[in-house]
Amino acid sequence: MTHSNEVNQVAEELPLGETPWQETLRIFKKDRLAVVGSIVLVFLVLTAVFGKALTEWVVVFDPEVIRLPDKFKPPLSFPSEDIVPPEDLPSVGIYLLGTDELGRDVFARMLQGSFVSLAVGFIAVGISVFIGILLGGLSGFYGNVKLGIITVDTLIMRFTDVMLCFPTFFLILTVVALLGQSILNIMVVIGLTSWMGTARFVRAEFLALRKQDFVVAATSLGLPERRIIFRHMVPNAIAPVLVSATIGVATAILTESALSFLGFGVQPPDATWGNILADGKGFIFDAPWLFFIPGIAILVVVLAFNLVGEGLREAMNPKLRRR
Amino acid sequence: MQAFIIRNILQRLLLLFIVSILAHSIIHLAPGEPSEVDPSNPRMKPEDIARIRAAFHLDDPLYLQYAYWMRDLFTGELKSFKDSQPVLPKIWRKFLNSLPLFICATLLIWTFAFPAGIHAAVRRGAVYDRSSTFVAYMLISIPGFFLSYLMILWVVDTFGVPVIGMRTFGMENAQPLFQTMDRVWHLVIPSLMSAALGVAVLSRYVRSQMLEVISQDYVRTARGKGLEEDTVIYRHALRNALLPFVTMFGFLLPGLIGGSVIFEQIFAWPGLGRLGYHAILERDFPVILTLNFIAAVLTLAGTLLSDILYAVVDPRVRTRLEGEE
Repeated sequence: MTHSNEVNQVAEELPLGETPWQETLRIFKKDRLAVVGSIVLVFLVLTAVFGKALTEWVVVFDPEVIRLPDKFKPPLSFPSEDIVPPEDLPSVGIYLLGTDELGRDVFARMLQGSFVSLAVGFIAVGISVFIGILLGGLSGFYGNVKLGIITVDTLIMRFTDVMLCFPTFFLILTVVALLGQSILNIMVVIGLTSWMGTARFVRAEFLALRKQDFVVAATSLGLPERRIIFRHMVPNAIAPVLVSATIGVATAILTESALSFLGFGVQPPDATWGNILADGKGFIFDAPWLFFIPGIAILVVVLAFNLVGEGLREAMNPKLRRR
Repeated sequence: MQAFIIRNILQRLLLLFIVSILAHSIIHLAPGEPSEVDPSNPRMKPEDIARIRAAFHLDDPLYLQYAYWMRDLFTGELKSFKDSQPVLPKIWRKFLNSLPLFICATLLIWTFAFPAGIHAAVRRGAVYDRSSTFVAYMLISIPGFFLSYLMILWVVDTFGVPVIGMRTFGMENAQPLFQTMDRVWHLVIPSLMSAALGVAVLSRYVRSQMLEVISQDYVRTARGKGLEEDTVIYRHALRNALLPFVTMFGFLLPGLIGGSVIFEQIFAWPGLGRLGYHAILERDFPVILTLNFIAAVLTLAGTLLSDILYAVVDPRVRTRLEGEE
């Protein structure tokens, strides 16, 4: 291949006038697994919103109705209309995913759980990303400021090291057990114990960005620090945060289900996929759908988050782009 | 080099001190106390509770409780709240139970992850790479206990592998050979299951590390001078790709405590994770705190070890350190 051909080829591959986000999107679209993952996620968010709406606001699927005559009905079975009181019958006339040990509709519980599980994931990650960016940013930007005998950077990074010394899952378990297993506690504790990675690489990005020409230029133009940080530095440091946040949601959902397995997860009446799965493990022979449906649902969703996260990582990593 | 090690040890001792204070405060400030574990028991009179609280120093100020804990820990006098057994021997016994599981799982992880990851990197984009990537993500995404239950359902019926505990009940009088075989047999499934996630994660790391190295100039040079592909991959690329993994030995240590809770619970393995889990249920503060302390010591020792190993295997790091001194 001659030199000019090569240049032409590169020019074809890299359309001119493309913004970095368009470029990311173009590379992301090439990763088929990640695209499938993002379709699953869109579907999941819709399910969660409709689930919230249909189980709480306009009660079409009631997850809390107990119908003892109809317990352990397999998926796609019809209610026993002669025994169950008419007001308790499922409004679609069929148990789409069967019923559990109390005759509650598993489909309704899964719908309700999709919202709670997602909320646990998103809020936990929101907390951890917020703390991570705040501490990492402070440490990277105001790292040299002295507080008495130590610098801000030393203080924050040593605190990060301290947090990294705790065995995370054991710490979460301890705190949740001692504070009580409310859904809020679980989200907050997962968030408070998982920000260290974010803080470390936001700091690294900030340290690198501070030496870049455009930040030096912005500083010498006399822009206020607030503007430099939020308009010029944060958008450039956000890519790895986005990747780790996507994977963080997946991890949080898994952590919640592990807590549920040990009996410290979100407690009834709130249904999450984790506690439906953990409750279902006792009926694995009598009613396998109680175990397999939430298990496979968690697997698919966590897989989707991980694949999208990895797709984003590949698409946003300039080192890997032109291979 | 010596100055580097000594400085690092001192820094880590300071960190350990802060960690222990933080852990102690979290546990003692959180609501929920040992005396409240069984509040409905009619035999627990207020004076009994007061006596228990006094015996455990629970009414003293926090810094005194911390001092008592530290004193007892280092004199070996620390007793469990639950059964007044000394804590350190108790932890040591459980540690000896966890150790074979940990070693087997680690060996499995390292033996499977490296070939899988290297192979995937060398064949980037081929069918093997894509399918192993997908399998790795499946393993990362599946809840550990869901996978273990599926495994149990399958293997118990098909192969008759034991999945409960460390040994068969009633084998105490058997010949040592049979006892050993029984122990090994019991290790199979728990160690496979605790290794599954590790294999997936580590093989991904190996793959990306190999990809990073393969694109370097010296690999191109090696190819350019006509070396065989195997020599290029295994002598030139792999050796450099291995560098970060030498240091990962250090990070493995803390997994002994934190990573094992779920799997020890599933397989009724009487190890450290289960000890911790039951201590949490029973509000057995000395055991929880000491386990936490040991985990922190292991983490710090692990990072120290990996820093030193890095300096030993990577001449670039070594020269930089010597330049600093």
